[in-house]
Parts: sequence; C-alpha cells; structure tokens
Amino acid sequence: MNPLYLLRRHWVWLAILVIMLAAPFLFYDWSRGRHSGFALTLMSEMALMAVFALSYNMLMGQAGLLSFGHAILFGIGAYFTAHTLNWVKANDIMWLPAELIPLAGGVGGLCCGIVAGYVATQQRSTAFAMITLGLGELFAAAALMFMTFFGGEGGITTNRVIHSSIFGVAYSSAWQVYCLLIAWSMFAAILMYLLTQTPLGRIANATRDNYERTQFVGYNPRVVRYWQFILAGFFAGIAGALYTLVYEIVTFDTLAAVKSANALLAAFIGGGGGFFGPILGAVVVVGLQSGVSLFTSAWLLYLGVLFIVMVMYAPGGLIGIIGLHAPIARMGRLGELMVPYLRALVPTVVGGAGFVAVVELATHRTIGAAQGKKLSLFAMPVDSSSLWPWAIAVVLAVAGALWLRAEGRQFRLRWNALIEDAKARGIGV
Amino acid sequence: MSDAAIQLTDVRKSFGRTEIIRGVNLTIPKGQRHAIIGPNGAGKTTLFNLISGRFPISSGTITVNGRNTAGLTPPQINHLGLSRSFQVTSIFPRMTVFENIRCGLLWSRGYKYSFWNLLGSQRALNEASDALLERLNLHSRRNRPAGLLSYAEQRALEIGITIAGGANVILLDEPTAGMSHSETEYAQHLIRTVSEGKTLLMVEHDMSVVFGLADVITVLVYGEVIASDAPANIRSNRAVQQAYLGEEAA
Repeated sequence: MNPLYLLRRHWVWLAILVIMLAAPFLFYDWSRGRHSGFALTLMSEMALMAVFALSYNMLMGQAGLLSFGHAILFGIGAYFTAHTLNWVKANDIMWLPAELIPLAGGVGGLCCGIVAGYVATQQRSTAFAMITLGLGELFAAAALMFMTFFGGEGGITTNRVIHSSIFGVAYSSAWQVYCLLIAWSMFAAILMYLLTQTPLGRIANATRDNYERTQFVGYNPRVVRYWQFILAGFFAGIAGALYTLVYEIVTFDTLAAVKSANALLAAFIGGGGGFFGPILGAVVVVGLQSGVSLFTSAWLLYLGVLFIVMVMYAPGGLIGIIGLHAPIARMGRLGELMVPYLRALVPTVVGGAGFVAVVELATHRTIGAAQGKKLSLFAMPVDSSSLWPWAIAVVLAVAGALWLRAEGRQFRLRWNALIEDAKARGIGV
Repeated sequence: MSDAAIQLTDVRKSFGRTEIIRGVNLTIPKGQRHAIIGPNGAGKTTLFNLISGRFPISSGTITVNGRNTAGLTPPQINHLGLSRSFQVTSIFPRMTVFENIRCGLLWSRGYKYSFWNLLGSQRALNEASDALLERLNLHSRRNRPAGLLSYAEQRALEIGITIAGGANVILLDEPTAGMSHSETEYAQHLIRTVSEGKTLLMVEHDMSVVFGLADVITVLVYGEVIASDAPANIRSNRAVQQAYLGEEAA
C-alpha cells in the first residue's frame, strides 16, 4: 500500500505516538538532564487508563453492554503480572524477557474473562449490568479474603527490574518503563482497533443495534457477547499489567468498583461511539484526577459535574462533539464558528469561575478551615468566613449561567444555519 | 417429504389460555411462492414467529428443509437455510447500509465469530455485498447509517438483509406495508427476482402483490387454515369470500 495513503487514513495513530513521545519533554528538567517523575507517571497513567477504557468500550460502545465490574479484569491482570514478576525474579527465569511481561496480565485478564464472562454474558442489558456489578463486589470481597494471591489489604509488592530483557534494558528508570508502556499501549490499542474491523467486531455492533435481528442472520448474540467479553478481558488485563509495571504494587482497589467507574467515566466522557473517544476520555479523567487534585480536594466533584453535563448535553462524548463539526469542516467554514465560540466562552469562564469559587469556599469551610489551610482563589487570598466572597461567587455563577443561556441560543442559530447549508450541498450530516 | 421446504403438522400455539394458532397443517414445496392472507389477528405473524423459531410451538411439528425444528434457536433454524424479514422494520440503525447487508452475508460465507479476518480485505464478501446493494437500488446510500434512510429504503434494506445470506427458504412479513404505489411495484419486482429458484413464504395485505406473486395462497382465519389453493381458486372460493373479503364481495 501507498505510504502516503496509509498516513492520510491513519494519521491519528501517528499523532498519538508523537504526542506520547514528545509530551514528557515539555516537563523535562534541562538543567539537571532529568525527566519529571510526576509527568511520566501522569502520562503512564493516561496511557494505561486509555487501554483500559478502550477495552471497556469493546463492551459499552461496540456491543452495547454496560458493565459495572470491568475492573476485575484489570485487577486480575495486574495481580497476575505482579506474581509473574516475582516468580521470574525468584527463579531467575531468563526465557521470559521483561518486554513480554504484560502478556502475563493479558492472559490473566483473558482467564478472568472466560470465567466471569461465562456468567455475565448469560444475560444482556440491565441484567448484564447487574451481574457485572455483583461480580465486581464478589471479586473485591475475595481479594481481601484470599491472602496468598491477593495479599490482603497490603496487596502484592513486586519489582519490575528483572534483568532479562531483549534489548538489555533494566527498566529501572521511569523513562524506560514509559517507553515500554508506549509500545504496549499502542500495540493493544491498534489490536483493539483492528478487532472492530473483523466479523466478530461487526456482529458485536449488530447485537448492540438490534440484538433480535442478529439471531435471524445466523448469530447467537450470547456467543457474540461472550467472545467480546473474553477479548475485552485480555486487553483490560494488559492495562492491569502496565499498572503493575508503573507502580510495582497491586492492591485490591485495582479491581474495586471505583476502578470500574473510572473506565465507565472515561469511555462515556470521551464518547463510546467513535473508536478514539475513550482515549480522549482517559486523558481528561486522569488529568482531572492527577492534575486538578493537586490544586483542590474537590476534584471528584468536578469530575462528577463534567460527567453529568456530558450525559445531559453531549451523550456522544467529546468525540461526538468533534464529529458534529465534520460537515462544517468539510465545507471549509469552521472559521465562522470561531466568533460564536468565543462569545460562548466568555460567559462559560465567568459562570465556571463563580461555580468553582462556590465549591472551593464550601470545601474550605467544611474541610480546609478545620485543617488550618488558607484559601486562595485565582491567586487571591480569600476569607471564606466573610460574606463578600460568597456573594460575588454566587452572582458570578448565576450571571454566567444566564448569559451562557442567551449566548447558547445565538450559537444554536448560527450552528443550525451552517448545518442546513451543509445539507443543502449534500454533505453528509 | 424431502421435497417440502416447510411442513407444518397440526401446529398449535397458545399464549396463556388463548389459542392463537389452532392446528395448522401446511406443506410448502421447494421452489413455491406461497402467500398467507387473512384478517388482522388471524395469527399470520405468529405463524412466522413459530416457523422461524422466535417463539416455541405449543404442540405439533414444524420441519424446515426436512429437519424438525423443535428445540432449535432462531440462529440454528437460520443455518438450516431459512431467513425471515419483519413486519416492523428491523435493521441495524447505527451501522451503514453496506454493513447491514454484509452482516446478513457473514454467516453463510463461513466467517462465524472469527476475529482474525479483516473485513476490509475480504474481496469476495465485499463485492457480493455491493452487488446486492446494486440490486436493491440502495447503492447511492451505501455509506449512510441505515437509521437515516427513508421508510421505503429501510423496507428494501430489510428484504436485503433477509436474502443476503442466500437462504433457500425466505419468509417475508408484509414486505410492502406502508409503501406508496410505485414503491410497492418496485418491491414486488424485487421480491420476484430475489425469490427466483427459492421457496418464498410471505404475509401480505396488498392483494395485487399477493395475486401477482403467489403460486399458492393460504387463507388463515382465527388461527385456522380455511383454504389453501391456486390464486384463481381462492378468488372464487365462497368460504374465503365470506370469511375474509366480506359477504358483499361474494
């Protein structure tokens, strides 16, 4: 195939690779010649969560299966990897190079998928969701009971430096691990993408769209669900393995409900309809978790608000919002939205600032003040016990919201006109 | 009875205490175009649901291509060579028109649940899908999500998905329902060509389609067959006129 053609069709992959390789250098400490450990861990977490969210979307977006227990596959993969690393280290196994260790997690996830999937995929839709919820609780409880495998509360610690490597790399530095992570997450993501192009991938879409009709074209939807679940387990397991490589400790919360919820959040915020949505979602969710949590303890609230706003106004997720612009972009008139967007941005910032101020004032009164912390908002010291900051914050939030609503109407008019134009010109909407 | 595509022997079906199908006997030889007519609530669609395995029968036997279908699931009956369409359009709305058709083809081409074949490089499969789209007059809609098609186009796609797998027994449930006159004419032409050399069983309300297509017409009234004969004989059958067309038509 023509390389230029390949590039034009698959430029997203190249872009992801370039971003992953280049981003850590934005935080590089040139004076000391060292990578920022925080940035590398953040990027690693994003990469492995992206794999996890993509595997989640094999069920949610592609097969229409809402799972509340996806983390069991991730967690079992992580534990498998930790035990494999310990076993390799203890017995000086030379035939298993460090580069292939994530495969152990994949196998763990796969096995877990075979067992858990057999139960869960007996049913679809709500019943499926309930079974996965139950399985998630079951595994989390089991993790605290079976000490030898799960290590109880303390979890299993391990050491990724095993001195068996194809490339002679020790993986003692965060950068080396990050490179391994890039390779594996790209590999897993590409495989998952290719899976969508196979008969199983397409029939999974068919069962999502119309499970009854699928039966009358010769497919048993249960078998489709089961295969999809097992394969999703493999990739969730790989994500779990990458987790183990980064943190070198696996505790029971890798398979607990919060982890499952994170996959759901990432897949939903990013958008399950397009393949790349969950990657975007993982970046946003991890960014909020790791980045915003540095500044405020209310980060979880912001994540929740973002989730609710997305569910209400953009059920297609971020990727869906981007996709909506495609017909306008194809007309070459994206520029005409610039001004309406800027006009909507101003009230969003005003209202957002007001909302953030209210939340921060409230958290400072309930938690921060008791800890003796000083509150400063937007680089200004603020006294949360006086009335004025509250009044200003509420006014900003309300005024911003009303203003945004008015601007939103204008925006919609402009938007509809452009879409009508696109339709008239026969550009697919 | 190896020359029968579908054979129903004393088939009964009850929902709760209500018996909907009350002892139907019907033999449809291979290669026949067979229409089932009858007033609303006669059990025509229920009969389809029994033959295609959507519901289990209460008693009696149904054979498809010589095989008893008792205990078989819809996909298993499909693998015997039977394919059906639905009265209420049943397509894959978020997938493209092309992918809808390709889904109909996959099993018969032996792909099963494979996750190691890339569909993009299955030339024969894709060409067959495109050829069928051409026949359905849907080629200009190839890359549209099926849910965005017009009603008549969705009905054509419904037939397309049904016949894509090359089943030799085709069940069409009111294929022209809700179509305009010209759309009906086109659908009739389409059904004639796609059922060439195959067994066709259809439920239909449009009498011009029924009399234009069917070799044999069966009249179902309240879950019972009151006549099953060539169109000319059905037209002159008094019982049919009374039960179905009304007294004044006689």
